[in-house]
Amino acid sequence: MQSFLSDPFLFIANWLESVLLGWGLQPSLATFLLQLLGALALGTSLLLLTFLLIWAERKIVARIQDRLGPNRVGPFGIFQTVADLLKLVTKELITPQGADLIPYNLAPLLAVMSVVGLWAVIPMAPTLLGADISVGVLYIISIGAIGTLGIMLAGMSSNNKYALLGAFRTVAVMVSYAVPMVLALLVPVLLSGSMGMQAIVNAQTPVAFIFLAPIAAAIFFVSSVAEVGRAPFDLLEAESEIVAGFHIEYSGLKFGMFFVAEFLHAFTISALTATLFLGGWQGPWAEQYTFLGLLYFIIKTSLVYFVVIWLRGSFPRIRIDQMNALNWKFITPLGLASLIFTAIAEKLAVDFGLPRLLIHLGANAILVALTALALGAYARHQRTQAAVRQERVRRKSTAEAA
Amino acid sequence: MTILQIAFLLIAFVTLVSALMVVTSPSMVHAALWLILTLAGIAVLFVLLNASFLAVVQVAVYIDAIAIMIIIVVMLTNNPLRSQMRTVTRTWWGAAIGALILLAGLLVMITQTPAFELQAPALAMEQEQYLKTLGSALVDVNQFILPFEIASVLLLAALIGSITVAWPFLAGRKEEQDR
Amino acid sequence: MLEPWIFIALLLGAGMLLPGVAIAANWVLSPKKPNSLKNTIYECGIETVGETYVQLKGAYYIYALIFVVFDIEAVFLFPWAVAYDQLQLYMVLEGVLFILILAAGLIYAWRKGVLEWV
Repeated sequence: MQSFLSDPFLFIANWLESVLLGWGLQPSLATFLLQLLGALALGTSLLLLTFLLIWAERKIVARIQDRLGPNRVGPFGIFQTVADLLKLVTKELITPQGADLIPYNLAPLLAVMSVVGLWAVIPMAPTLLGADISVGVLYIISIGAIGTLGIMLAGMSSNNKYALLGAFRTVAVMVSYAVPMVLALLVPVLLSGSMGMQAIVNAQTPVAFIFLAPIAAAIFFVSSVAEVGRAPFDLLEAESEIVAGFHIEYSGLKFGMFFVAEFLHAFTISALTATLFLGGWQGPWAEQYTFLGLLYFIIKTSLVYFVVIWLRGSFPRIRIDQMNALNWKFITPLGLASLIFTAIAEKLAVDFGLPRLLIHLGANAILVALTALALGAYARHQRTQAAVRQERVRRKSTAEAA
Repeated sequence: MTILQIAFLLIAFVTLVSALMVVTSPSMVHAALWLILTLAGIAVLFVLLNASFLAVVQVAVYIDAIAIMIIIVVMLTNNPLRSQMRTVTRTWWGAAIGALILLAGLLVMITQTPAFELQAPALAMEQEQYLKTLGSALVDVNQFILPFEIASVLLLAALIGSITVAWPFLAGRKEEQDR
Repeated sequence: MLEPWIFIALLLGAGMLLPGVAIAANWVLSPKKPNSLKNTIYECGIETVGETYVQLKGAYYIYALIFVVFDIEAVFLFPWAVAYDQLQLYMVLEGVLFILILAAGLIYAWRKGVLEWV
């Protein structure tokens, strides 16, 4: 009983393996079957988790907007999403004429596949990790961008110019915001000396990376929120703009799969931020009692997910040219500068034996001060430009009146 | 026939078939999609060869950056969704025979090299150690620092060159259609 | 050596299979009454005017191009970052030089005015 309490995941895995070996299977086949079981269990539980996520989002956004949210179907409206799913399942699957059938049907599957595939490398407990590959961070970048491909396929294969426009705008924004995301992902790799996710979590033992590199954490968080397409960056699915964007021509559960993929993606980036910057499953007694590790992971992820929903309920939508200008002129240079400062600060701290936390906080404070100065200069430049323009207009109107 | 060999044959077959479809598709967008499948097949081949870093680099650079750029460039032209060009010339059988002779010659030469009979050696270090060795080799003064910095200058030249070539054309086109 | 990748392949397969099963359930349970009016392309409730195809503007190409350059730069920087704790200070500065050269490219694109969306 002691080993079950201290490490339930390893205990269950060993017990299942012994059962399979007891049936006379070869060890490699037993491992394969266990992996298949694990993959199916992970995929199913993620898709079922989406019910809870959608319900939580609707309740929280409703409370921010001073209303109640769903509260009829089940206690606190918890079965509302199930009711919506049942409605979607019985809708007719209308295929637009002239649509390219194979990419059209493949796109929702690709969108869900890219999000579910991200969970293979996220460590949820010291012994609960799907695939402990040594290139976890690059894997996240590559699988995450397969979702972009799915959206592009969806837009191109529905025979609809609004879907095409919406899909390409979405892809342009996702591709643009992938640049600072990749630059911010280099910082935890730098600080922990490995690309494997479990190694990055293990390296956050005295101090979590968010205290060593707050600017990189903020850049990763903001660019991930923009990648997912959540507010305030949700121009791409704004109903008033280009009528729902790339998934206009999808009906029934095909549309439902895009919806599920988006909510699950928001939860996934919360999990990634919690793992890479907040310490994942680290916490008091997490190594001895691995179940506590899972609990800490869930608490940290839910905290970040709450911040994501909070952002949605609080900010107005940003225009697309503002989105692009923000990315290329502010966030990407800030990401490059943060990477350079962190690299130099870490080497100085380690070589000269100075306190690591203070040096990093000092470097980030210098970066924040430089950014504030640059923004101030930019604002002053804009103000003088506006004053010059106003002066010109005033002079022209007095000249015309005279 | 181990499982690894069966998997390799399957993946290689898929890669070759999709490469064939790339060059014989009448629609450019379909050709780009088949290209994505080919690149994914090559990434899986890298995984089978235990080169996991190269596999994720292949997906991250080729599929996520270059394939998307190819599709965007294809859509920048006039009407690729409906193009139905002839994909083969009239003397395609001559080219096919020439290519088959070249393939036969290459196979004969490759099977005669002594390295063809060897097994792949087991990896000397862990994957982590390989990455660390690669990283320190890239910035070591005695090893690969010069190609490393020249690669960055090459990327800079590619960026500046593409913008210089493409921007006047795109800006001129922007004036004719106010979108 | 290949064990984690088998799990990844299985998970990606499960990620495609489970929505496939759900969509198949939808196809089984849904009414199937296609008529030509329901299958027409959506354009805010009116008939579609003109070709269902638009030509993109140059900004899309420029963003994809800059993403390609920065993606390849990141691929060079990942081994440098992994080997970071074994490097000396001058090696770190060489990596910083790499980043600064590409930042100069970004500044070139900015000053040339190609980063505007308009």
